Amino acid sequence: MTDPIIKFDKVVKRFGDLTVLNKLDFEVQRGEKVSIIGPSGSGKSTVLRILMTLEGIDGGVVTVDGEPLWHEKAPDGTLKPASETHLRKMRTQLGMVFQQFNLFPHMTVLRNITEAPVKVLGLSKKEARQRAEELLELVGLADQAQKYPGQLSGGQKQRVGIARALAMRPNILLFDEPTSALDPELVGEVLNVIRKLADEHDLTMLLVTHEMRFAKEISDRVCFFDRGRIREEGTPEELFTDPNEDRTREFLAAVLDEAPGTTG
Amino acid sequence: MLFGFEWDLSSPLAFALSILPILLTGLLVTLQATVVGFALALVLGLVWAVLKAAPSRIISWPVSVVIEFIRDTPLLVQLFFLYYVLPEYGIVLPAFMTGALALGIQYSAYTAEVYRAGLQAIGADQREAARALNLSSARTFTHIIVPQAIPRIVPAMGNYLVSIMKDVPVLSVVTVLEMLNVAKIVGDRTFDYLIPLSLVGALYLITTLVASAGVRLVDTWLPKEGIPLK
Repeated sequence: MTDPIIKFDKVVKRFGDLTVLNKLDFEVQRGEKVSIIGPSGSGKSTVLRILMTLEGIDGGVVTVDGEPLWHEKAPDGTLKPASETHLRKMRTQLGMVFQQFNLFPHMTVLRNITEAPVKVLGLSKKEARQRAEELLELVGLADQAQKYPGQLSGGQKQRVGIARALAMRPNILLFDEPTSALDPELVGEVLNVIRKLADEHDLTMLLVTHEMRFAKEISDRVCFFDRGRIREEGTPEELFTDPNEDRTREFLAAVLDEAPGTTG
Repeated sequence: MLFGFEWDLSSPLAFALSILPILLTGLLVTLQATVVGFALALVLGLVWAVLKAAPSRIISWPVSVVIEFIRDTPLLVQLFFLYYVLPEYGIVLPAFMTGALALGIQYSAYTAEVYRAGLQAIGADQREAARALNLSSARTFTHIIVPQAIPRIVPAMGNYLVSIMKDVPVLSVVTVLEMLNVAKIVGDRTFDYLIPLSLVGALYLITTLVASAGVRLVDTWLPKEGIPLK
């Protein structure tokens, strides 16, 4: 197997006295689709937020595509904290889909998607527009380009969020509970879009979710997080049907019990 | 006679008409003081808001104290201080500039709060989305934060514009010849206060109504499509 595209090496993250990630070791291979499940407060979202450089780390090293994310190599070979320039360079590999969509409300759907490609990647307005239209086609919103986010349903907003992240052509796409803020009847349309993306071999996907059936369906691997560490990981079949750890079994029993019929 | 205009005491209407040009001269000074004071308040308030939001407490804490001090002391005290104390230290400003400066400083404490609230209403989610898209901090500020903050800021600023205008008569105590001061001089000389002061009230009413309408016009003209303002 080649080098992992994402590697957490004994990563520590604290919020005040609370240790959210406790010497986390975690690897993701290129093109792999990994779901992260676990109770709230287990550090699942923090993993994504660290990768997207929204949160710093308090110990260890995070590597993305062979390069340290939160560090830079000093001339003497040691690692020093990353500069904003380094973070900007590293960020080009990553895209994120937020739980609350985080669209820019004062911009049209089209502008939401073209803003960063034009201003950051330096695309011409025409190129960016073309790219945006293709992506809107992909997420099934080709006719909504001129609307403002406020005029869309939650499911539509999240599909715009996905298109906006894809417009930057990231190698790694991070989904932070993408359907948790949605009405139940709107979850399906968003999952359908994510399912389509999962078929792309080059794209590495990291999905924090409570949709167990969906995680089982699209993931190459599922990681169960508990108290800042991976308690158990494996293929969806292994983890969902025959978990080794009692803690995993407890968690799955609790969440699957809440939503009858989702055991697949 | 005042400012070269004679008054006509033959009838109340003739008196009112004859002193109108005098009062309008005063109104012009009132408007000038309002504009200069408001401009100062807008600029200085933004400086306060930015400094108060500074990550370092060495900066933000003293600025908070200064803002609190300005807000919690009367305009008249600040005005007297600028007018009578500064000259002792060799800083002599014309009465008009002293007055406008006092208005600007006093109201900067309020506009700072408007800026702060307006900018804070744009949540962390917007900054995070911009960061995830690799937009620069400058671009994020000018194209994500500010366009969403402006429609929230403008109506409150409009209210302060009208408030400043109504506080200008305070400057009469340091000899600024704004409208109320002029009316009082006319009253002192003619022993008729009713008509000059009534006219001042009427002119104020008209001016503030026009200013409020202007603020509303600016508000409707602002681009704010899509921005949830509640």
